[in-house]
Amino acid sequence: MKNPDHLQHPFEPMTDELPPEPGYHFILDRRKFLALTGGGLVVAFVLRDMLSFSGETLSPGNSQVPVSGVGAWIHISEDGKVTVYTGKVEVGQNIRTSLAQLVAEELMVPLSSITMIMGDTDLVPYDAGTFGSRTTPQMGPQLRKAAATAREALLEMAAKNWNTTAGNLKAENGMIVNAATNKKIGYGELTKGQQLLIPISDNVQLIATKDWKVAGKTVPKINERNFITGKHQYVSDMKLPGMLYGKVLRAPSYGAKLLDADVTKASKIPGVVVVKDENFIGVAAPDVKTAIKALEAIDAKWEENKGHPSNENIFDYLVKNARGESGGRNADDTKGNVEQGLTEAEFKHSKTYNIHYIAHVPLEPRAAVAEWIDGKLTVWTGTQRPFGVQQELADVFKMSKEKVRVIMPDTGSGYGGKHSGEAAIEAARLSKEAKKPVKLVWTREEEFTWAYFRPGGVIDVSAGVKKDGTITAWKFNNYNSGGAGLATPYKTGSQQIAHLPSNTPLKQGSYRGLAATANVFARESHMTDLARLIKMDQLEFRLKNLEDDRLIAVLQAAAKSFGWNGPKTQGHGFGIAGGFEKGGYVGCCAEVMINGDKEVKVVRITQAFDCGAIVNPHHLEQQAMGSIIQGLGGALFETVQFANGKILNSGLSSYRVPRFSDIPKIEIVLIDRKDIPSAGAGEACIVGVAPAIRNAIVDATGITLNTLPMLPNGALA
Amino acid sequence: MVLSINGDKHEVTVDPDVELLIVLRDYIGLTGTKYGCGEGACGACTVLVNGNITRSCITPVNSVAGKEITTIEGLEKNGELHAVQEAFLATDAFQCSYCASGMIMAAVALLKHNPSPSENAIVNAMNTNICRCGTYPYIVKAIQLAAKS
Repeated sequence: MKNPDHLQHPFEPMTDELPPEPGYHFILDRRKFLALTGGGLVVAFVLRDMLSFSGETLSPGNSQVPVSGVGAWIHISEDGKVTVYTGKVEVGQNIRTSLAQLVAEELMVPLSSITMIMGDTDLVPYDAGTFGSRTTPQMGPQLRKAAATAREALLEMAAKNWNTTAGNLKAENGMIVNAATNKKIGYGELTKGQQLLIPISDNVQLIATKDWKVAGKTVPKINERNFITGKHQYVSDMKLPGMLYGKVLRAPSYGAKLLDADVTKASKIPGVVVVKDENFIGVAAPDVKTAIKALEAIDAKWEENKGHPSNENIFDYLVKNARGESGGRNADDTKGNVEQGLTEAEFKHSKTYNIHYIAHVPLEPRAAVAEWIDGKLTVWTGTQRPFGVQQELADVFKMSKEKVRVIMPDTGSGYGGKHSGEAAIEAARLSKEAKKPVKLVWTREEEFTWAYFRPGGVIDVSAGVKKDGTITAWKFNNYNSGGAGLATPYKTGSQQIAHLPSNTPLKQGSYRGLAATANVFARESHMTDLARLIKMDQLEFRLKNLEDDRLIAVLQAAAKSFGWNGPKTQGHGFGIAGGFEKGGYVGCCAEVMINGDKEVKVVRITQAFDCGAIVNPHHLEQQAMGSIIQGLGGALFETVQFANGKILNSGLSSYRVPRFSDIPKIEIVLIDRKDIPSAGAGEACIVGVAPAIRNAIVDATGITLNTLPMLPNGALA
Repeated sequence: MVLSINGDKHEVTVDPDVELLIVLRDYIGLTGTKYGCGEGACGACTVLVNGNITRSCITPVNSVAGKEITTIEGLEKNGELHAVQEAFLATDAFQCSYCASGMIMAAVALLKHNPSPSENAIVNAMNTNICRCGTYPYIVKAIQLAAKS
């Protein structure tokens, strides 16, 4: 008989891993807040459409707020400690630090008094996930408003206590102060005996960016000492009492069908629990070596799928397997008659750009620890979407979300690659059977094979230009890479831009910068080729066709710092590229050197970056640096090699990522726009690297490379 | 089998060919040393054996019995950080920090053999350690700072 609780293993390709809207609107009542936080003051950020709720102090009579309407909350306890609850998570981007800085700034408390509770579905409000550079522009303002609302409420409370008006008082260093009477009272003391839950006021006065004292400054990573002493517990480090170690039997190739499996031998190994549930076979054992032994003892017969494409013929495959519809978030962008624009051109240039699949390679692979207690499932896992994984678990185990708690301790990075909950589901399935906690950590090979990849793609570009640099036509078709960065910021007489999704042979999904890396590579490569056709300087041609002041500014800032018009050594080339992604503007210059053996060395990169008001300069620079260095890998040598449904380079000795010796001299110019709201910083800086290097190679040699990665063997052909 | 780790003796009962990394993490509870690749290619599992860099993920435990093993947990003495840790703290070098233990152990070994390495020497010595977050320039800076102190 079929097990009604069977596991549906989510191995189907992920074409859109962005989460749906939350399926349920549970009611969160005031008691839950207060039970959670004890006494004190709670300020909840309530989404704008909750109009009936805005501006009121909640009384027990109207205390029900749909969970989906709350974005974050801040609690000030009776001992003055500040706790911030947010569904965002820390994956190394140091958002724990920068969000705490924003709260400290508005609430006027020392940074050390703030605790950030992040990514625990039992404790924090629903959040779609930490991706798309949304934390700083969306969660940042929410928390600033919540903190400012709390500050104003505390001022009011003190004013009432002292029989004065809030205008006579000020908040500083965790206290309300009356300068005239020299009276002071701590936040904790003010909230003593109170149980207050108030919504954020939209009209609250925020501290002006130019007046920031804690935000806008470099402060070190929170909990940094734990990380450099090995004390931080990543999920893969956790150990619960009685915990078993899990392993899952993997198919020999993508799409392979399990025909039969004999688990008798494995089941007889002392201490081993075997789960065979439709196409899921896994084991749990008291130690990891025994788990591996048990897995090896399983005799499984598979029927493998034939006719998988390989990375050798993937580009033809993607074009042939286009689904015949345009799609993605950036749909068709057509203006004028592009064919006519091409006939009006004095020079025409067409080229096809190819983008290989690449892997995220988070240094901590997927990991989960699962435990069932009295029908409630708790899973600790490294994920960028704790609530997404909670939903996946609820769906798979057919239980309500309230019975599933997902906790995300700060994880060993993600780069857009940890949106899914595979390890969580696997650990939970094994734990359910074993009736003990189970830890499951993917091997590097599993991470390379069974996670998802940045999509491969093919981009056809045809453009026409006049001698004076006017772009008459811009035709841009992207097969499969995606829609991010698809639009061109340059003036065109006519244009036709589309993203055409294909049936992908590999599971694909988000990656730092999404498709913008591919689209900006094609666009900026093509722009340099057009400039060369009309014998115009690469930078001048861009500036002539740009209207966006911020993009112009970053290109000019990069060029100035780089010395764009300065001397160039024989055999060296200069390249430039610019782009806009997720609210961030980036201008990138590169210098390359080509030796007699046609080996290419990237000598230096200068990148200017503007993402609005800077929250933490050092951590922002690190994000820019990380993006540039990650961008180098995809630009120069990273490729997922595959054939017959197998990944051929599924280890770090065969899949090459950037190392110390690959790093050129990198200069980062941060532009602090205090007049513009802060945008996310983790993605935009990846987009300019590949085209700037490519354009530098063109400048040095005239060779127009068109495939990412450009130099898998380090040299020009 | 008796292992000498961070100056303490640990008696463990495991098969002789079990990797040192598994013994450290799962049997002794020293989880500061990380798994990254399982083939000695990323350096996340770096420990010192008799002061020399060792990839614990490919080292059978019986090969280090009787030798002095140092892990990240062994650097801090009486609540005081090792000079290399202090330098990394001051530089605020890491992002996700999963590579941190391996990087710091490799840097400790480097500075022991070469107390004032050139930038080139740092790059060469550290080249077998991967930081996927791309903090390499800050790591070089931290090692230079540690060399000065």
